[in-house]
Order: sequence, then structure tokens, then C-alpha cells
Amino acid sequence: MKPGAKVNRSEPLVEVRDLTVKFVSRESTVQAVNGVSFDLMPGEVLCVIGESGSGKSVTMRALMRLLPAKRTKIGGSMRVGPHDILSLSEHALRDIRGSQISMIFQEPMTALDPVYTIGDQIAETVMRHEGCSKEDGLARALELLQLVKVPSPERRLKNYPHELSGGLRQRAMIAVAISCRPSLLLADEPTTALDATVQIQVLVLLRKLQQELGMAVIFVTHDMGVAAQIADKVAVMYAGRIVEYGKVSDVLLRPSHPYTLGMLASTVHGQARGRDIEAIPGSPPDLRRPIVGCSFAPRCKYAVPACLTAMPAPVEIGAGQYAACIRTGHLDDKVEAAAIA
Amino acid sequence: MSTNLSLAPQTDPRDRGGRHQPMLIVRNLKKYFPIRGGTLQRKVGHVQAVDGVSFSVRKGETLGVVGESGCGKSTVARLIMNLIPRDSGELIFDGDPVGLEQGISLRDLRRNMQMVFQDSYSSLNPRLPIQDSIAYGPRVHGASRTDAKKMARDLLDKVGLRPELYGARYPHELSGGQKQRVNIARALALSPRMLILDEAVSALDKSVEAHVLNLLGYLKRHFDLTYLFISHDLSVVQYISDRVLVMYLGQVVEIGPVDSIYDRPRHPYSQALLESRLAMDPGERIEEAPITGEPPNPINPPSGCRFRTRCPFAETICERAVPQLSGEGVHQVACHMADSSSGHTKAGMTAVH
Repeated sequence: MKPGAKVNRSEPLVEVRDLTVKFVSRESTVQAVNGVSFDLMPGEVLCVIGESGSGKSVTMRALMRLLPAKRTKIGGSMRVGPHDILSLSEHALRDIRGSQISMIFQEPMTALDPVYTIGDQIAETVMRHEGCSKEDGLARALELLQLVKVPSPERRLKNYPHELSGGLRQRAMIAVAISCRPSLLLADEPTTALDATVQIQVLVLLRKLQQELGMAVIFVTHDMGVAAQIADKVAVMYAGRIVEYGKVSDVLLRPSHPYTLGMLASTVHGQARGRDIEAIPGSPPDLRRPIVGCSFAPRCKYAVPACLTAMPAPVEIGAGQYAACIRTGHLDDKVEAAAIA
Repeated sequence: MSTNLSLAPQTDPRDRGGRHQPMLIVRNLKKYFPIRGGTLQRKVGHVQAVDGVSFSVRKGETLGVVGESGCGKSTVARLIMNLIPRDSGELIFDGDPVGLEQGISLRDLRRNMQMVFQDSYSSLNPRLPIQDSIAYGPRVHGASRTDAKKMARDLLDKVGLRPELYGARYPHELSGGQKQRVNIARALALSPRMLILDEAVSALDKSVEAHVLNLLGYLKRHFDLTYLFISHDLSVVQYISDRVLVMYLGQVVEIGPVDSIYDRPRHPYSQALLESRLAMDPGERIEEAPITGEPPNPINPPSGCRFRTRCPFAETICERAVPQLSGEGVHQVACHMADSSSGHTKAGMTAVH
């Protein structure tokens, strides 16, 4: 089976429209994702950047329907290839998880099964989705470990997860994830827990695999540097919404939403010693309460009264670059802002 | 003491050894953790967590410590604080040896030197309101209840948390950044001279990290503090440090002024570490990882130079002899290539590449 063959290269592989995710409990309802829409072309890498609580990981888990069904309310629509994710049965979901959509996580130790060897785990995935024999599955596992550049792969096949180092475990998890050539790989901060010298090895590997296999990747990170290294497109999330979206070079080098500007300024990278870093004041909003207007307005130095009336719609700034801000393009008109404020 | 008169106004009344006496001298610090195994739980080996680490921290400076996980940087911090006993080695705080009869007592050391940990939640007592957590130290050291409480509220104010709003809250009612501010306030409650910050900003979001770094800068100026700043984040270390120490597998491989280390790293490991930093510009992508593999197991570290198994310049000399930290002046490196008499074919070349 080659799921990749079914993919039409000229239309988006992923279409997410107005996605909302609510976590409902007896005490409160948390509005974790608040109307997220984006497209992803086949073979494209989208980085979702945001801080803790911005809804970036929840969006990923919603795409794979990994959120606890009882306590979660998902609205909007999600399409991956020919599948409407929200209407799929549990059985159909199991068929596409791993074969069409795969996911890798920050902590491979919890994603891998501690009581099976690496080889068995890869072989199991291949056998489940491609219906081959155990021998073929193990042969495939060996190929995959070579592909993700695990040293002495024959020996590693027989290792249990705890016998591997952090970097090798991460590679093993990637091998499981790509074992059935998924058309979409979801990566939830897979390099955050790794050391710098190992992180760059895994990022270079992921980028290479993505290009060789023609996979689309959605990569969640809080690190602008990781996005610069791996992304084609970038979506910046804040309080459950995408506030800026565009090509990686546009968003990182010519940011236009005040939050993106603030994030870039507060990330430490070669600022002068002894001088304060330009930090964003305040803290993110409480998502248990409904937000009227722009959720970033209370922390935004460019905010004007109009920002508090309605959530700003995305405005196209340049080719394919959008920012959800009513003041975008006029941020430097401080006189006007001061006059209204 | 040959103290220059012009320096006299800078001299802190708490100084015992004078302005130029380093705040802390660490000499040949060693810690091997035993590994036990078998039915009788006999020692079957050692993790050589810290193996002969020497450095000094000057008064008023920030010394950054970088290295990958398992390199022993946190163990060094815990050894300095005497949270775990050292196997051997000497600690000298402001001229006074630590733990010797004629030196400074552990109690006085901890009054003068405090630590902030990475995990802001587990380092606070969940059952104590935060102002009581901060007042705990001064109470133990003899302050009255009212004095300690007043001090705690002053400190909360100093770290940017309004005492009337936050003082009575419990740790679970605070965000990660706020909890870390409380930890910093608590560390300052005994008016220490020196703070050890072990990955103190690593678990925070970038925008929160910026606030806490600004706060650390303010507190350092305000209280005339000395910092030992441990982090795996090279950009943060570059921003905050005056000098930087690079560790690999329990040993110091390079130490020097921050600009010297960042602009002209001499140890191949420091070079690889710095080259692994991600640029913020998608035009400057790294196409080839600067170094392969991961640090080897400290249970059985490689002979000679511990970095040789990953070093692109390794030769037989690196296998046979342990390179010593050396170099003219303030920038020192432990590499055979930096020592012209070592016999390494690239020895004595000023720049490695």
C-alpha cells in the first residue's frame, strides 16, 4: 500500500477550518483552541510557534483525534487527504493513524513501549498497516533504522527503549512514525528535550527525511530558531488563535503582528550585555473566560480602544503573509495611537 | 592586604578576603557516584560525574557554566552548596576553606551562598504561603517573626510580585515565572553574597524568561551579587555572563571571558557546541550537523581526552594523555592542539579552523 500515491500534489493535503477545542469539566470550560484555520500543501513543512497554553499541541492532537472524547468538544472541520477527520469512526481512525498521519512527541520514552524491542515496535506498525509477515516487518525495521542513521542498526533492533540514549530513542520514534510512509507527520516539540548538538542532528535528519519521502510536516515548537531551521511556513499562535501566518522568511525577518515582534525581541540571541531585554509585559489571558476583542491587546504596546471591540480578522500583508491585527502596517503611527488612548 | 585606596569605596563590608580575593575557589573537585548491582548490592562501578574540576568565581561577576546533560554541571552546583558530599577537592569561600575547622562553617556558607533550581514548583513547600516560604530562612537564622515577614514582603516587592496581592498565595496559585520569582526572593532572604542559578530560566517560556533575566540583572546590581549561572542555553549564557566555563563529561574543557569563548572558541567541543546554535534567520540554516553522536557514558569515559571519541581532530596522543587546562592569560583550554609540546600534529596552531 502506498498512501502517498493517493495524494493530489496540487491541492492542499490538510485543510483546517475554524477549529475550536473546548475542554469541559464540572468547574470550568477551557477554550483551548479558538477558531484556527490553515491549509498545508503536500510536502510542505509548517511550524506552529507558541508559548505554553497557546493551543499549539492541542491543535495537533485534535488533528489526530487523540484528545479524550468525553471531556473535549471539537468544532469546525479538518480534512487530511480524502478523510474528514471529525466524521471518522474509531476503526477508520486506527487505519489512518500511523499509515497516513503519524506523530512524534517530545518524550520518546513515553511514546515507545518499554516492554518491546525497537525492532518489534517498528515491525508491528508495518505488519498492522501493510499486512506483511514478521520477517518482512523486521527487514523493514532494519532499513528504517539505517534511514534514520542509527549506528549499528542490527544490534539496536534488539534493544529496548531504556537501553538507548535520548537522541537514539528520538530516532527510533521517528523510524516508527515514518515506517508506513505517512503523507503527514505531526511533530510535537520532538527536539526540545535534546541537547544542542543532538537537536541539530535530529533537525537535519527530519528535514532530509521530509524531502526524501515528500512528507508534509506540522512541527510544533516554542523556539524561533527551530522554526528558522526547518520550516517552509510559520503559524504563530497566541491564546488559541493563529495571530500571524506566512513564509518562514517573511514571518521571522519581517514580522508584522505585535506578538510576533514581541516574541522575537524577547528571545535572547546576541543582545547587548548589561542592557535589559525587551520583554512583553503581562501574561497570557485566562482561557476559562471568554475573550472579547484581540486577546493580545491587554499586553500590546500598540493597542488602541478599537482592538478591544472584536477579534481582528486576518489581514493579508504581503504575498501569503497574514496577521490578525487591525493596526498591522500602521504600528509605527504612535501619534495616532496616543491620540486615541 | 595590598588594597588600593581608590578601590576602598567598592569594598563590601562583608568582604573578608578583600575585593580581589575570589568569591569562590573550587580546586580539584571530584564526585564519583557508586553503581551497585547484583544480589549483594556491591559496588560494580562508578559514574564519574565530576572529575577534577577547578575554577574560581570573582567577586561581582557572573560565571556561566555550559555543557550538555550529564556533563556534571548540576553536580558541581550541588557540591558547591554541600547538598551532596564531595569525594575530594577544596572549596574556598572568600578566603575561608569550607568545612574545615579554621574555615567557614556550613551554616555560614549557606547564609552567604544560595541556590535557585530549575523546577520552580518542587522547590517550594506546597503547604506554605509564599511569604512564609521566604521568611523561613531568616526565621531559622534567628530573625523575629515580624522582621522575617517584613523582609519577605520587601523581597516579594523587589522581585516584582506585589506582596499584598501575592504574599498569602500558595505555590499552585502562581504561574511558572511567578514561582521562579518567589524562589529567587527566597534565595535572597538571607542577604547572600552569591547565587547559584541551576537552569533557573530553562523551564520558562521565552517571554517569561526575558522578564526573569531582566530581574536577575537588576538584583545583581542592587544587591551587589555574584552569580554562578548554569544553563544549556548558549544564547542566554552569552547574554548574562562575564566569563564562561565549558564542561564535558565531568571536566572543564575551556574557560575564559565570554567574548573570547564565543568569538574564538579553541576547544573542538566548544566550537561544535557554538556551531550547533540555531540562527533566527532561515537563510542561515545548518545543512550538516557540526558533530555526530552523543556524549559517551560517564561510567566508563574514554581514556585520555574524554572528547576524543567525537572529535574530528583526534590522534593517538589524545588517547594516551589527558590534556591539562592551560593557556596564556585568562582564556584556558584543555586540548592537545592548544599545547605546542603535546605531539599532536595540529599542536600550536592558534586557530583550529
